Amino acid sequence: MESWRRHPLVFWIIGLPPTFWLVVFFLVPLTLMWIMSVSTKVGINDLDLNWTLDNYSRALGWLYLEILLKSFWMAGATTLLCFAIGFPVAFAISFAPQRWKGLLLLLIILPFWTNLLIRTYALIAVLRTRGYVNFSLEWLWEKANGFLMFVGLGEYQLLGQRFEPLELLYNNQAVLFGMTYVFLPFMILPLYAALERMDKSYIEASLDLGAGQWRTFFSVIIPLSKAGIISGIIITFIPALGAFLQPDLLGGPDSQLIANVIERQFKSANDWPFGSALSFILMYMTFGALALRAVLAKNSSAMEAA
Amino acid sequence: MFNRRPIGPLDYTRRLWLRLSVLAVLVFLYAPIATLIAFSFNDSKRNIVWRGFTMKYYEKALENESLMIAFGNSLTIALINTILATILGAMVAVLLWRFRFPLKAGYEGAMALPIVIPEICMGVSMMAFFGWVGWPTAWGWPMTLSPIIIAHVAFSFPFVAMIVRARLSNFNRELEESAKDLGASEWQAMRDVIVPFMKPGLIAGALMAFTLSLDDFVITFFTSGPDTVTFPVKVYSMVRFSVTPEVNAASTVLIVITVLVTAIAMRIQSRFKGDVGAG
Repeated sequence: MESWRRHPLVFWIIGLPPTFWLVVFFLVPLTLMWIMSVSTKVGINDLDLNWTLDNYSRALGWLYLEILLKSFWMAGATTLLCFAIGFPVAFAISFAPQRWKGLLLLLIILPFWTNLLIRTYALIAVLRTRGYVNFSLEWLWEKANGFLMFVGLGEYQLLGQRFEPLELLYNNQAVLFGMTYVFLPFMILPLYAALERMDKSYIEASLDLGAGQWRTFFSVIIPLSKAGIISGIIITFIPALGAFLQPDLLGGPDSQLIANVIERQFKSANDWPFGSALSFILMYMTFGALALRAVLAKNSSAMEAA
Repeated sequence: MFNRRPIGPLDYTRRLWLRLSVLAVLVFLYAPIATLIAFSFNDSKRNIVWRGFTMKYYEKALENESLMIAFGNSLTIALINTILATILGAMVAVLLWRFRFPLKAGYEGAMALPIVIPEICMGVSMMAFFGWVGWPTAWGWPMTLSPIIIAHVAFSFPFVAMIVRARLSNFNRELEESAKDLGASEWQAMRDVIVPFMKPGLIAGALMAFTLSLDDFVITFFTSGPDTVTFPVKVYSMVRFSVTPEVNAASTVLIVITVLVTAIAMRIQSRFKGDVGAG
């Protein structure tokens, strides 16, 4: 690596275009939004830059605080579910025979490659009242009813008069289901990376020395894969916090999360200063999560060195 | 499968419950997509009973003019984005790989920002920006796509930079020095030594930029004007009203394109992982 002063011409020619793009088409828009967040809306399209904190205090008022907390809670629940589902899978893949590993990993990554919107849409097709799950249940119901008729119990209507489809969509459970579905690979990959790197002879030693499988799991495997667990949790939590499509398409009127509120402020409510304040709160939460990860990673590497 | 050897303490993959849990997760991940694809070929209105194979929903999707315009828009955006993001990303990669300069850590941090900030925040800030500068989208077709392209380049070129930089970290600087010793100028060395070495990274990065652009919904949703519809935005508006086999067919086409492109990218990346240093 050399100092930029030795070849200033090369430095500027390759440095300027991308820097221009980053500054003008990314940092300027962000700054603009930050300025809007401390302005007051006057009239339909005019803003008055008066360095007010009203937008932030409104965002932290009870009504919106509740949505913020709910977003936090939903992202946390998604992360927890992804961890509970993802850990056994990551564990199994890291112990799989070499020729299976690549294939299994590919199968986990493949859904990443399909459009997020289409994956969410696929869940609607599966879960809605006239969706595949309910159709399958109805088919089973009809078959079971037919069987009851056949054995002469038809007149008691043991299974109810008619098939009642389950309400699987447009509620908070559907949003949680959708978010878990979409973000699961985010959890599995870092967990796998950590478990793969782990020296398996530690497990062997622990088992040899008389610890049971559970004790080995909690005292050896979990501590050794701590860095991957932290990464997985943060990497799943961050996009879950800003999830927009799943609450929008799978949720009901009471399943709005912060991203949906931001969207409404910018589109239908047309209150850009307030939307900007909410966006910045979401960004600060994201940065907080990233900082926490950096701190935890530092701690765990310090522990390993000790 | 039918190995009769007793299960050893570390043979976790031979334990039934672990195998079942992997199987369950794969079913969980694939069942919705698989049903979506399967029923785009199903000749039935009610969608659950298999009434035979048909391509009619694909024909219907092809005849749906606004859907096809949206599809064309998406491909145009993705192609232009790929070219711009690859060039800019490669420049950043070379810059960070080669030079020391003041505030470098801060510069790297700023370059990583588009990767980490929530999509929705980026989308609304872009929307506010183009509204504020009064971007001339009224000039007709290519101009109407320009805000979307600009936003896509902004979020995808840092990804390209990351990929190309990883490739460059394996580069043997002596190659460049010997080229210069043999009389190559700065630019000749760049063109004939460094760029050929970067090529697999550039291709992988370009394919990544292409799929990122094709996949994005949220940022496109905010930067598209009332007259510019892209494929995901169109699907979104169709989905809000109903679930139809036609949307299934269109979605299947998009799934196939992205999976193919990403598979090629992965292939290229893994093929060039081996040759360290020599180039």
